[in-house]
Amino acid sequence: MNFFSSIDSAQVVRLMHPEGITNLSRRRFLSFGAGAVVLGALLPDIPRRAFAAVPNAGPVKPGTRVPAFLLIGKDNSVKLLSPFVEGGQGISTGQAQIVGEELDVNPSRFVVECAPPGPDYAVVGGIRMTGGSFSTRSSYDVLRRMGATARDMFIRAAASRLGVAPASLTTEDGVVIHAASGRRVPYGDIAAEALALEPAENVPLRDPATFRYIRKPMPRLDARDKSTGKAIYAIDQKVDGMLYAAVQHAPHLGTEPENLANEAAVKAMPGVHSVHKLPGAVAVTADSWFRARKAVETLEVRWTQPTPTGFGSVAADYSSGGLLAALKASSGSGISAEQAGDVEAAFASATKVIEAEYDAPYLAHAQLEPPSTIARFNADGTLELWMPNQMPELFQLFASQTAGIPQDRVIIHSPILGGFFGRHFTYGPGNPFPQAILLAKATGKPVKVLWSREEEFKRDALRPLSFSRFSAALDKNGKPVAIKVRTVGEGPLGRYFGEAVAGPADSSAVEGLVEKPYAIPNRSMELVKFPHPVTIAFWRSVGHSMNDYFYEGFFDEMADAGGQDPYALRLELLGDTPRHLNLLRTVGELSGGWKRGPYASADGKRARGVSMASPFGSETATIAEVSLADGQVKVHNLWIAFDPGSIVNPAIVKSQVESAAALGLSATLFEELVYADGVRQSSNFDSYPILARDHMPAVHVEIVESGAPMGGVGEPGLPGIGPAVVNAVAALTGNHVRSLPLAKATFGSR
Amino acid sequence: MAGINVNGRDFEVAAEPDTPLLWVLRDTLGMTGTKYGCGVAMCGACTVLIDGQATRSCQFPLESVGQSRITTIESIEEDEIGRKVVDAWVDIQVPQCGYCQSGQVMAATSLLKQNPHPTDADIADAMTNLCRCGTYNRIADAIRQVAAG
Repeated sequence: MNFFSSIDSAQVVRLMHPEGITNLSRRRFLSFGAGAVVLGALLPDIPRRAFAAVPNAGPVKPGTRVPAFLLIGKDNSVKLLSPFVEGGQGISTGQAQIVGEELDVNPSRFVVECAPPGPDYAVVGGIRMTGGSFSTRSSYDVLRRMGATARDMFIRAAASRLGVAPASLTTEDGVVIHAASGRRVPYGDIAAEALALEPAENVPLRDPATFRYIRKPMPRLDARDKSTGKAIYAIDQKVDGMLYAAVQHAPHLGTEPENLANEAAVKAMPGVHSVHKLPGAVAVTADSWFRARKAVETLEVRWTQPTPTGFGSVAADYSSGGLLAALKASSGSGISAEQAGDVEAAFASATKVIEAEYDAPYLAHAQLEPPSTIARFNADGTLELWMPNQMPELFQLFASQTAGIPQDRVIIHSPILGGFFGRHFTYGPGNPFPQAILLAKATGKPVKVLWSREEEFKRDALRPLSFSRFSAALDKNGKPVAIKVRTVGEGPLGRYFGEAVAGPADSSAVEGLVEKPYAIPNRSMELVKFPHPVTIAFWRSVGHSMNDYFYEGFFDEMADAGGQDPYALRLELLGDTPRHLNLLRTVGELSGGWKRGPYASADGKRARGVSMASPFGSETATIAEVSLADGQVKVHNLWIAFDPGSIVNPAIVKSQVESAAALGLSATLFEELVYADGVRQSSNFDSYPILARDHMPAVHVEIVESGAPMGGVGEPGLPGIGPAVVNAVAALTGNHVRSLPLAKATFGSR
Repeated sequence: MAGINVNGRDFEVAAEPDTPLLWVLRDTLGMTGTKYGCGVAMCGACTVLIDGQATRSCQFPLESVGQSRITTIESIEEDEIGRKVVDAWVDIQVPQCGYCQSGQVMAATSLLKQNPHPTDADIADAMTNLCRCGTYNRIADAIRQVAAG
């Protein structure tokens, strides 16, 4: 009863625009206008239908058809159908601000929903996704223009209704006003005729000097619903007549259920409807989820023997320690990710050479909402799905393949996400929707699959375990004149989107190691590709999540080896980059003036570390203050200067930096998903500790708007945290920690 | 059938005695404001008040409910302290993804009902719910705001 062939990973390849993912890729593309063209040229085998869900829709210019975005009620209510899914990053509020500013409707009156699949929403350089800290910066201009175009339509419709010239009309919070006669026409009264008008080209945009909403710290639209239990996530959805399903996943990825010893007894358990074998899993459907879960966990399953390690299968002897050893031992030849100057000559004439190996573990997303999906086959032959996702059209494509029906027969609902951090892309066995589709097909009823926390830990896609070897050449003054990095591993961009998008040296594996702002004249960074057998993931800040720790941690080793203060050395090497210099000085001042320590405090010695990072088009400078308690690291303060170029909502930007800092600290201190004997050793928050209140430091954020092109906001606060903390630990203990998390080690101060 | 009182209303529930209160609330009674996060009473997303005491409902079996009065997030604004907590949560802009916040609001309400002026140590002791968005500092700020009246 093995209904489906597993998702072909090749199908996942080349569906997402590279600009969403990394700096490196972003910089290859000069404008969004060119983006769609370049995408098509670069990736001829893209399943274009993923982005053309409306049959016979003809060519649609994304972001231009006003009725696809705005629903205006007779009561003058405004609903915005957003290209993006809200997962805590505040995108719904930001989109309302951008559109509301130009539409002239107070954003606080907006209701924002994630739009269904459709070509109108492919506003991220020609495709649609929520990720890569890319939503606002990619759609800002398009959605401003859409709002302004809509306002113009309301003015023209009112002019016609009132029999006056459009130029004699103004607007005020959703009302067209004819000042000469005092007449007022609410948008809701003329919505039908306004939205039927042909949109005008080149409607002028509002002068930013007159902005009322953009750049203002507007409250989030969803704060009250989220504080009163009224916000509805995928897990909260219910449809009539649905069965609840729980699953038990194979302990080894790639093995299959062979035999169910007690199937009859389980079928007889209270409320149980049916028992199923699925690819890599068994499932029970029942009239409540608790009954389904109890039953499926009672099933005595014999699984097939683990196969040798391969893509999508994990062998019985696989271990994360073994993989790290293999990465370290690799003698494979590298692909150049960055090359400058004459590295060998610089090393040959060096006064001092230092070397270090850095590694970071597999990480789980551990978002608080466990994944779920409801699948329902409707009488008209359509398949309707309610599921967490960051790319509705891509999920629609894969769902259609699983169900064996045309893509345009799949209806996708994209509820708000109970945290995502990169969790809700298509990760093959890492998503529950194929199971829901198969179970709905098999039972003839709507089915809601919910993964228990334990089953989520078995199948969550993981931030790759990573390894880099550094060496540096110092001159007679103790200044670094050359740096070499050899990275061995794999990034998610190359895994899922191929070399055409990720580049020969997978940008998601090397970002944070390359394009650093420091004036070290001789540089050689190379990537040795080494595939992981496990399902790897995008995880908040992707390659930056470990690489900035590696590089900035090694930077302090270079400083110490040369007898330099790490803050002063950074200032010196930032010589001619005013944006970075300003940011580093800003964080110094924010922290009360740079002091490395150790210095005395009421609760023992403390010390500070500094780091810089350039993630997702934004820039950060971070200082951490730490002490030791019972041999473990305690972080007291994080100071972060953050320059995303320009912003939409300073309050949301600040809260995103706070949130990214917390996740970065969680990974630095505690997180590690270990494989032993081919099996993940974490099954819940007891065996995968995440940051709790007792380790949350004070976080001080200063936003710097340099006026540079708008960068990302959701992820960039994260990468600087690890190195700032580790560098502070080095200042306190003399120990430069080269392997995370810090909880693995016990420290004593020097 | 078991009788339980939730938010001042009596319900008859057909479920096994070992069914966690969480699943009775969510799947039987359709009150989905109380969240499932870990199922092992670690994360606190499922926190409800049982006779005013913050309790993790994922490990609280139906058979233990008895005559206790259960308060969930759905009725939290009917409670004077609960309403102030919600207002502070909105004012301080605590939620991000929001998934843990039902449980956080319940835990904060329980704390403030028993201890109207908690110290930072009291807050640390009472507020052990996990938040993957890391909103811990804002949660503490919101509690302090309510305590300050």
